[in-house]
Amino acid sequence: MRIFKLIFKNTGRHKLRTFLTILGMGIAVMAFTVIRTTIDAWYAGAEAASPDRLVTRHAVSLTFFLPLSYADRIARVEGVEQVSHASWFGGVYVDPKNFFAQFAIDHKSYLDMYPEFLVPEDQRQRFNQERNGAIVGRRLADRFGWSVGDPIRLAGTIFPGDWDFVIVGIYTGAKENTDESAFFFRWDYLDERLRREAPIRSGYVGTFAVQISDPERSAEMSQAIDREFRNSTYETKTETEEAFNLSFVSMANSIVLGLKLISFMVVGIIMLVLGNTMAMTARERISEYAVMKTLGFRTYHIVGLIFGESLVIAALGGAAGILLTWPIGNLVKTALGAFFPTFATNPLTLVMAGVAAMVVGLLAAIFPTLKALNTPIVEGLRIVD
Amino acid sequence: MKQALVRLENIHKSYWRDSLEIPVLRDISFDIPEGEFLALMGPSGSGKTTLLNLIAGIDRPSDGRLFVGEEEISRMSEAELAKWRSRTIGFIFQFYNLMPVLTAFENVELPLLLTRLNRAERRKQVETALSIVGLGDRMHHYPNQLSGGQEQRVAIARAIVTDPDVLLADEPTGDLDKQSAEDVMNLLGYLNREFNKTIIMVTHDPRAAERAHVQRRLDKGELAAA
Repeated sequence: MRIFKLIFKNTGRHKLRTFLTILGMGIAVMAFTVIRTTIDAWYAGAEAASPDRLVTRHAVSLTFFLPLSYADRIARVEGVEQVSHASWFGGVYVDPKNFFAQFAIDHKSYLDMYPEFLVPEDQRQRFNQERNGAIVGRRLADRFGWSVGDPIRLAGTIFPGDWDFVIVGIYTGAKENTDESAFFFRWDYLDERLRREAPIRSGYVGTFAVQISDPERSAEMSQAIDREFRNSTYETKTETEEAFNLSFVSMANSIVLGLKLISFMVVGIIMLVLGNTMAMTARERISEYAVMKTLGFRTYHIVGLIFGESLVIAALGGAAGILLTWPIGNLVKTALGAFFPTFATNPLTLVMAGVAAMVVGLLAAIFPTLKALNTPIVEGLRIVD
Repeated sequence: MKQALVRLENIHKSYWRDSLEIPVLRDISFDIPEGEFLALMGPSGSGKTTLLNLIAGIDRPSDGRLFVGEEEISRMSEAELAKWRSRTIGFIFQFYNLMPVLTAFENVELPLLLTRLNRAERRKQVETALSIVGLGDRMHHYPNQLSGGQEQRVAIARAIVTDPDVLLADEPTGDLDKQSAEDVMNLLGYLNREFNKTIIMVTHDPRAAERAHVQRRLDKGELAAA
């Protein structure tokens, strides 16, 4: 027990240095967890995807629309249970900084196909009745202080002009990773105005959401749908909802890769911080280790002392970093909430951070331990002299 | 005639600096009987501390044989030496070498952590050792709360707490004022007299050396005639 006591007493010997090391480690571990959480948030949309839904879009690019008439032809493909559609609107609410996703949807079918968006029945009925009605996510409503009945004006970018809506419903997510920051309104409201102002753009939608009976056949059915429109003016590309969502992530692949690299560099920084402290510590205590060896303490005692101290600092730094993750993560969530539908730290990330801290604790102790063990006793005692 | 506790046979010790051999001890042979109080004297660089380190088993001779009791320590492995030191040798350093983060009690208790004694037994032995050196009332003081003389007495308590056969002291009064040095030498004399401890002491101090039964002089790595 005295050996453990000695480890703890040694840890607190240079209080400022130990505190700064723990603080440095804590900040680095926190940076690691927040970066990993950001990466997870990037993939959250893909993870929230349903396996029984496909997305059909223009084969060339998402920026090209598809004729609404395709819905019936897709619905006729064997194995398709239901078809709906959604079109990216890209409007601006007051200021371009107030970014959030807006979709013109088929009000009759879309919410049935996405049961993860929970809308009270009365609000859903009102959505069906009011042509300019909109349903918004709880987080989005909270962000701007919106409530049911509020009028909202969006400035169109893809579809020019001012667009007025009334919030008729607020949805919540059925799952933790459900996006609660979207703004849905009726496609027929959009199309009605396009018919008047830009008839050439009327009757088109951005993507079709296709519900299939057997998720196992998703690849085969995607090919069947695309075959239906091969050699047409508007060829399609159909893929699972997960693949579709991942295609957005892949657009930012280099950013995600960069973040991943940074997260591992952070682990390297932790190691340097702790390694430096342990190296200084061992160097200062060479004479003490020599005295202990003179008294008869064995190699494993010295190894235990140095590794023990390193692990204690690593554990405290890791714990500090993990505790810091929540307040800092919330700040990041507030700042980036518009871009990430969900921003929750995965327990696995915390486990990874804890394990990384302990591994770093072990690695940082290796060289100081070798130094302490390889220094002959008489040489260590001479340092005293 | 007393039986030899420490026996040195043709001990040589050299250090190497690059390819240059620096002889430190040459052909040292002598016996130290059990219960002896020996002072090793000589000018700086004469090899006194090296000889003490060899007897302590913290350094190895380049040649020759070294026996302590029945055991030839010059042939022991590092692990065997460590175990042997913990039960046979008590070492007193010039600069006390106490752990600054441990109290006097905890410092003295350190060597006992290597034994199978339980907590109560350890406590009893530590208290006995500290009372022998006259520091029973300073058990919970940290080294920086003690004077140099008191620190050295704690170090002596640490050296005797395991009841070793041999006490080795490297300039035990070298960092002390006159009165403290006198106290430490009285204590070593007492340990030798009352507990029959064999003491081998390296010193520059003629007054300290006078307290020993035997004085041996080293010069340029060779033992001067007794």
